[in-house]
Amino acid sequence: MSDNAISVQHLVKRFGTTTVLDDISLEIPRGQVSCLIGPSGSGKSTLLRCMAFLEEATDGSIFIEGAPLGFVYDGAGKRQRQSATELRKVRSQIGMVFQQFNLWPHMTALGNVSAALRRVRKMGKAEAEEKAMVQLRKVGLENRAGHYPSQLSGGQQQRVAIARSLALEPKIMLFDEPTSALDPELTGEVLNVMRSLAAEGMTMVVVTHEIGFAATVGNQISFLDHGKLLFTDAPSKAFAKPRHPRLEQFLDTYLDRGASTLV
Amino acid sequence: MSWKLFNLLLEASLMTIFVSTVSILIGLFLAILLSAANLSGIRPLQWFAKFFISFFRGTPLLVQLLLLYNLLPVVGIQIPSLVTAIIGLSICTAAYQAENLRGGFEGVPTGLVESADMAGFSPVQTFFHIRVPIALRLTLPALINEAILILKASSLVSVVGLIELTRMAQNLVASTFMPLEIYASAGLIYLVINLVVATAGRQLERRLPGVGGK
Ligand SMILES: Nc1ncnc2c1ncn2[C@@H]1O[C@H](COP(=O)(O)OP(=O)(O)OP(=O)(O)O)[C@@H](O)[C@H]1O
Ligand SMILES: [Mg+2]
Repeated sequence: MSDNAISVQHLVKRFGTTTVLDDISLEIPRGQVSCLIGPSGSGKSTLLRCMAFLEEATDGSIFIEGAPLGFVYDGAGKRQRQSATELRKVRSQIGMVFQQFNLWPHMTALGNVSAALRRVRKMGKAEAEEKAMVQLRKVGLENRAGHYPSQLSGGQQQRVAIARSLALEPKIMLFDEPTSALDPELTGEVLNVMRSLAAEGMTMVVVTHEIGFAATVGNQISFLDHGKLLFTDAPSKAFAKPRHPRLEQFLDTYLDRGASTLV
Repeated sequence: MSWKLFNLLLEASLMTIFVSTVSILIGLFLAILLSAANLSGIRPLQWFAKFFISFFRGTPLLVQLLLLYNLLPVVGIQIPSLVTAIIGLSICTAAYQAENLRGGFEGVPTGLVESADMAGFSPVQTFFHIRVPIALRLTLPALINEAILILKASSLVSVVGLIELTRMAQNLVASTFMPLEIYASAGLIYLVINLVVATAGRQLERRLPGVGGK
């Protein structure tokens, strides 16, 4: 097995008759930040969600730290659903951060971060909350522990969501446009948390429209277009001229929309 | 009308409050189980829940109570009328509450369930720790409304021999021949109870953290 945190092999995803992911193969090296960019509707979210088995691929396979995710192939080469226990075990290595935060509205920040420690990891309340506080401190929100999501700004909610994932000590963090739902002045605080996470050596896959972030923090850039993976390269290569014509076009429309941060 | 008579009505209203409260709570518990059956994806459970809900919503409570009252002795079950009343009311309100909750469960954002999946929650844990609290918050106004309906509908349980507010009023009218005063007093007591429930419900809606409240 390869040395990669995630291995995506010949992944195909169809919704009905439309092919959304067309034979995607991608390796995510351990300890690196991989950014998925591409136009709207190109399949970035779908690919990321497949990596968490929130979306079931139509064909192909995904390995997390060498272990198959979601499906296993039996002796005859026939694909079968993994058992719920096995799936939970593989998934426990992955943390996911959503565009819409998806915090549980009836729990405080501390409740959100400690819930799984208590229910899933079966820790006592005191121990779970202590661990949760460590994570909240890490994202700079220890003084908001008792606040409910509705009492927090978008940036704070997203940082709580990151703390919630980190509390379970994942090996890989997946981010789906973590700053897209935020007011521009709030994106910085979330990107900073992600930068320090990257500096600690966390394996990260980030779907983003923040090209500046992708160029400066990313170790590899994958460009998706119409469900096809056009290339995967180091940012220095991907963004250097001459660029791939589709990327060039994408960056142009991106600039037209008034983006301020670009390479 | 004397204070003595009014006091008798007040005492009987305690029975009304007791029977209704217990029935609403048992009904809520049953409604959550019916919702679990609906969401389980297990066909026979789903059929059972569907049948249960349509049967008890589709027949009058009075008929259900009379049926229960006459059926139990036939099958050899001897229970106090209080218990018969609570069973009848609980089952009926369970069906309505399950129907109310359905909308609430449908309103739970998929993303919240997905983040529970990613956190390693089992489907049962997700149901009790995520889906139920959110569905309850979303349907709280309907639940308060149902509580008020049940408080009023509890006047029907006199047919199983329980003496609650309405039955007490009837008895007093029979012995004092003062129907206007007595029925007006009974009506007033129902009104006050329900105003208290409605006000408490609105307070709860405003204070409850999460959906809606801060
Ligand atoms: N559940 C679904 N059913 C049918 N089609 C879907 C579904 N989810 C996504 N799609 C389609 O799949 C394609 C890829 O969607 P996806 O959300 O992955 O794109 P994206 O690259 O993340 O776009 P964006 O930048 O707008 O978030 C789109 O054409 C979308 O309409
Ligand atoms: Mg997307």
